[in-house]
Amino acid sequence: MNVPVENYLVLAALIFAIGCAGVLTRRNVIVILMSVELMLNAVNLTFVALSRQLVSMTGQMIVFFVMTVAAAEVAVGLAIFLAIYSQRRTVNADEISLLRW
Amino acid sequence: MQPEHAHTAAEAVVAATSLLRWIPLLPLIGFGVGVFAASTNRRSLVHVTGPGSVLLAFVVSVIAVSQLWALPAGGALVDNVYTWISVGMLKIDLTFRVDALTSVMLLIITGIGFLIHLYALGYMHDDADEARFFSYLNLFVASMLVLVLADSLPVVFIGWEGVGVCSYLLIGFWYQDMANADAGRKAMLTNRVGDAAFLIGMFMLVWALHDLGAASLRFEDVNRMAPQLGAAAPHVVTAVCLLLLIGATGKSAQIPLYVWLPDAMAGPTPVSALIHAATMVTAGVYMIARLSPLYVLSPAALDVVATIGAVTALFAATMALVQNDLKKILAYSTISQIGYMVLGVGVGSFSGGVFHLMTHACFKALLFLGAGSVMHAMSGELDVHKMGGLKKQLPTTRWTFLVGCLAIAGVPPLAAFFSKDMILEAAFASGHVVLWLIGLAAAGMTAFYMFRAYFLAFEGESRVDHHAAHHLHESPSTMTIPLMVLAVLSIVAGWVGLPHGVLWGDRFGHYLAPVLAPHDALGHHEIGGGTVLLLTLVTTGVAALGIFVAYSFYLKSPGTADRLAERFRGVYVVLWNKYWVDEIYDRLIITPYVIFSKFFWKVVDAMLIDGVVNGAGVIVGKTSDVWRRLESGNVQHYAAAMMLGAVVTCGVYWWLS
Repeated sequence: MNVPVENYLVLAALIFAIGCAGVLTRRNVIVILMSVELMLNAVNLTFVALSRQLVSMTGQMIVFFVMTVAAAEVAVGLAIFLAIYSQRRTVNADEISLLRW
Repeated sequence: MQPEHAHTAAEAVVAATSLLRWIPLLPLIGFGVGVFAASTNRRSLVHVTGPGSVLLAFVVSVIAVSQLWALPAGGALVDNVYTWISVGMLKIDLTFRVDALTSVMLLIITGIGFLIHLYALGYMHDDADEARFFSYLNLFVASMLVLVLADSLPVVFIGWEGVGVCSYLLIGFWYQDMANADAGRKAMLTNRVGDAAFLIGMFMLVWALHDLGAASLRFEDVNRMAPQLGAAAPHVVTAVCLLLLIGATGKSAQIPLYVWLPDAMAGPTPVSALIHAATMVTAGVYMIARLSPLYVLSPAALDVVATIGAVTALFAATMALVQNDLKKILAYSTISQIGYMVLGVGVGSFSGGVFHLMTHACFKALLFLGAGSVMHAMSGELDVHKMGGLKKQLPTTRWTFLVGCLAIAGVPPLAAFFSKDMILEAAFASGHVVLWLIGLAAAGMTAFYMFRAYFLAFEGESRVDHHAAHHLHESPSTMTIPLMVLAVLSIVAGWVGLPHGVLWGDRFGHYLAPVLAPHDALGHHEIGGGTVLLLTLVTTGVAALGIFVAYSFYLKSPGTADRLAERFRGVYVVLWNKYWVDEIYDRLIITPYVIFSKFFWKVVDAMLIDGVVNGAGVIVGKTSDVWRRLESGNVQHYAAAMMLGAVVTCGVYWWLS
């Protein structure tokens, strides 16, 4: 079975758009973080698809990097949220606008 | 260390040695020990290292000079330590060199320097800062030795600045008294003017030599290239000579930069003797003699040198006539005597100038140390009108001081009789009759003011107040021994330079001849033996007249001087106020300069520059105050902005392609 590369790209764009909407609209930072993961994986999908299409391993290699960075980001992000939660009893993005004038 | 001889065809014998570096290094080590002693309060340490390091330097100098004498005439010892600066064509080595001229200076500095260090042991014995004093004194000797050992102008400049700093430190040695600190600053700042000219002259010289394809500041190269430079750019030679002369007037206290020297007497007396009489103030004369092949190419510059010397000699002598402070009399006398040296080199008698430098170092150090001994006995009193009859209590000081006075007055056969005569004779022979007359007048005044000081201080009735009279005592032997040695030197130092044809003749001149420009470079006409004899008689007669006038004014019929001062009140007031030179400088230079500086401080700096700098800060602050309202602190706003940016960027990219 040979799925054309356009299908992958459209799917990835859809997932990216969903993640993007999640990041912009949801208030809970954990959900935002999950949305960020969606966006990252959408990008991963394009990488893999195009890697196959172009017969090049570079795209797949970058995917591993993205996954590693994503894991690290989640670890740091969750730690920050835990710290914020223990301080302010909330994890809503609009309630923790600390870096403000 | 056996010097290895290196013969080259045309040049004189130059022997390499690594001995010379120890001459300045030893006092420098003494300085280090002195600093250690001063900071850890080990005063007794400097009693050994202070004079000891200079004595060792003297011994090494004697060894070096004896090695020099083993070479044929015109030879030199060279110690190449390391390359200091190497830029393009210009290479400056830290090299020490001893030739005939340097050997004279070496022996003066280390020999007389040691005697003065010895004297200072007694003089500074009760001072809590003795260690600091000896460390400065050692540093001075080291710098001065670098100055005379240097084989290039930049290395001379190291010593030149070093002695300036030490002079400043030692004039203001008792800095707790504001007047002393001010005197130190005055010396420093006045010297800066000269130093700046010196530097410019040096740069100009290397620039001009670079154009000739021989960028070097070594004396050897400069003097060798001098004729070529004189042919190619005579005006540059004149300019360089005049700029270096300004440098010399600063260091050697000549008109117009002499004003710091009288104030420099604020320092301890050994300092006045060592720095402000025997060594540092002669640096300018040394430098001109060293560059004599360059100076002879510019008769105009030499005329300026001679005129400055003669006028300074007379001008300072007139001011010395009415001074009451013993050290001030000696200070003006020093200015006047250096004027003679400058006159000597100016009329082309370079060896005469250096000869007078040497004899002056002996008798002026003697006179200063004698004054210090009087001061020591009188609990710090220096007014000659409050002395009188001191010969009973201070026999050694009196006799040695008398020898010094006779020597400086030019009484035969003491030192200055020969050296001053040589200079006046050269002035006459070179056709500068006016300068000769000025010098002659100054010679009479010299005899007068020195014997005025002597008669007032040591002879006649005692005017010492009872409190001080009680304490009158001869100084300890550490102070009197240097006095006696210097007295002997003041008598015999002139014997090396007799007039031509008398006994062994001018040995000193012959000795220096290979390193100095020859007399005939200026077209001197030789004067006959009869004229020389006549000139000598005139000079001696004038000196005798000066002594006699002083005798009749102050000893035979005291009060004559006061009546005369009353009669010629105007002249007296002018002299007493030292021609108001300090006041004129204050009005003409210092006050405008301060106003100028205040303008730049208050207006240009505080308003203009600070305004621009602070204004930039304020503008950034105000603008940011507006823009920071954009920051909501909500991460989702930032994320939205980012996405918008990404979309816009992609859109633009897509639209463009």
